[in-house]
Amino acid sequence: MTDTQREAMPSPGEMGHPSGLPGTDPFITDGEVRETARVSQRAADSGQAERPSKRRRSRSWDRRTARAVAVATVLLIIAVLVGIAVGPADLSLSQVLEALATHLPWHPHISVPALDSAIVWQIRLPRVMLGVLVGAMLAGGGAAYQGIFRNPLADPYLLGAAAGAGLGATIVIVSGANTALTPPAAFAGGVGAVMLTYLLGARTGRGSGVAVGGGGTGSILLAGVAVAALLTAFQTYLQQQHTQTLAYVYAWILGGLSAATWSDVWLILPYVAVSAVALLAHRRLLDVLRVGEEEATSLGVNVPRLRLAVVVAATLGVSAAVAVSGLIGFVGIIVPHAVRLTAGPSYRLLLPVSMIGGAAFLVLADVVARTAQAPAEVPIGVITALIGAPFFLFVLTSRRAGQDLS
Amino acid sequence: MISFEDLTVRYGDTVALDSVAGLIADGEWLGVIGPNGAGKTTLLSAIARLLPYAGDIKVCGERAAGLSRRQLARLIAYVPQRPVLPPEMTVSDYVLLGRTAHIGYLRTETAADRQACAAVIDQLDLGAMARRPLRAMSGGELQRVVLARALAQEAPVLLLDEPTSALDLGRRMEALELIDEVRHEHTLTVVSAIHDLTLAGQFADRLMLIAAGQIVATGTAAQVLRDELLTTHFGAGVQVMTTDTGDIAVISRRLARVREPR
Repeated sequence: MTDTQREAMPSPGEMGHPSGLPGTDPFITDGEVRETARVSQRAADSGQAERPSKRRRSRSWDRRTARAVAVATVLLIIAVLVGIAVGPADLSLSQVLEALATHLPWHPHISVPALDSAIVWQIRLPRVMLGVLVGAMLAGGGAAYQGIFRNPLADPYLLGAAAGAGLGATIVIVSGANTALTPPAAFAGGVGAVMLTYLLGARTGRGSGVAVGGGGTGSILLAGVAVAALLTAFQTYLQQQHTQTLAYVYAWILGGLSAATWSDVWLILPYVAVSAVALLAHRRLLDVLRVGEEEATSLGVNVPRLRLAVVVAATLGVSAAVAVSGLIGFVGIIVPHAVRLTAGPSYRLLLPVSMIGGAAFLVLADVVARTAQAPAEVPIGVITALIGAPFFLFVLTSRRAGQDLS
Repeated sequence: MISFEDLTVRYGDTVALDSVAGLIADGEWLGVIGPNGAGKTTLLSAIARLLPYAGDIKVCGERAAGLSRRQLARLIAYVPQRPVLPPEMTVSDYVLLGRTAHIGYLRTETAADRQACAAVIDQLDLGAMARRPLRAMSGGELQRVVLARALAQEAPVLLLDEPTSALDLGRRMEALELIDEVRHEHTLTVVSAIHDLTLAGQFADRLMLIAAGQIVATGTAAQVLRDELLTTHFGAGVQVMTTDTGDIAVISRRLARVREPR
């Protein structure tokens, strides 16, 4: 059999395709054409039909997504290296890498000063890792909320998670209880606030003609605004009643990673992992929702159930992140939009790339926060806005108008 | 087959459909006609279960109310009057949305789903544009893209709400001919709301005239497209003529806007 004959022979996966020629299959990108030709040749040679599963895998993670994920991952690796290399103690990159290496299994036998090792392993690395988890969660949660509420202004605090967490943390701080209780209280406050919002919002819509939503997004968003306002009012009242802890409460609200320890990382890792996996699993359905709730419904999506699943997933992760880092603003809005404007609006790409990009962004913002005025720290929320807003405006104005942002 | 009985839809205090009943046979093209606000879109949305209704709707022998969204989407493909077209989405990704009901909840599409979409895209001559974003498409092309998504759904029933309202004369004929072609090829039951009465008569097997939430006439074009019926329910003077090719043409008359008594 000549090569031309092999090329022209339809492979098993292409049977039934009217033209039968790989090159005319609209779903095959240039790179895949080559792969398809190669694989079909192998199948023709060996007479095996093992292609479908291989093909399935290569399609669900298309080249554009793979490229964007790769770029974001490189950024994240650089951010992490910068994060552990930069700090008040003057350590060279090789010293940092050596200190890291001693913690690897089967590590080479190098002697590293105990102080260097402690600075890298006990101070910088947990802080960077916490930044990774929190940044990924805020950006991923923001992207998911923008998709599920079809609203470009949605951020992960939209349904009251921030206000609830703030109230929970404030109650612990002003009551003088053990500060170890602050993260659990903030977590419970955040989850509780979103539950309250959801119950109220879903109730309002019911029976008023919204068969599709059963409590449409509009009423849920408005309930979120009201719940957030109410809880923030309680929180502010408590905060002002206890002037002796005012500064401490205020610092918590501003957010930051300065108190990061490994135990914080291990504390939130399970929530962040479950939440991230659950959100990523919904990325195709979030794409279906881009045609609106009514059409998504007619295409076979149970929209209220999808919305609940995404909100539960995002709330767990975001509340966990907020519990250990306070309220870090702006990440959840600008990172997804920057990804949308540079890489594309499909949620298949947007969710993973936002998570990785958000992690990189927050780690870098934290580096600036702790070095700009060292030894003092600038609140990280100030940095995320100071770097993020101009960058975002630059991206926004340098792209053509009329792109879909939801 | 679709049947509905005692079907009532209310928007607040307004009754949009008032206890209507009807039967649509397998493989039939039913044209739903009537003035603005008569209840055409409401009827289509109710059949697709996109709004709350009272009464009973059966699709392919199953009570629509008892089906999950996924099951219903495998029976009915619905194209709204103004579909949402995400500007940056490519044609192939958009058509792939039609496979939603065939893909497991948290799964991604399989090679079979891709094949089904590719076949539909080829059939509707969209192959060359498959990787274009929707913002770069013309109105006529978009109409084909939307139809492609509906066909990718592989449902036996196709509901079309004013499929040609935004198209020029030529594109309108093209679109309707295409729908006629695919419905024969896939043996689809088509229910479409159509404003243009002449086109409705030319393409649909049967017409259903709705006015003020009631079905006032059903039957062939010759039975439904009659001067006095149309004049009464559209509130404008019309003249119905039969052309030498046997088509029924509905022509509006100027200066005859006086509502005729029943």
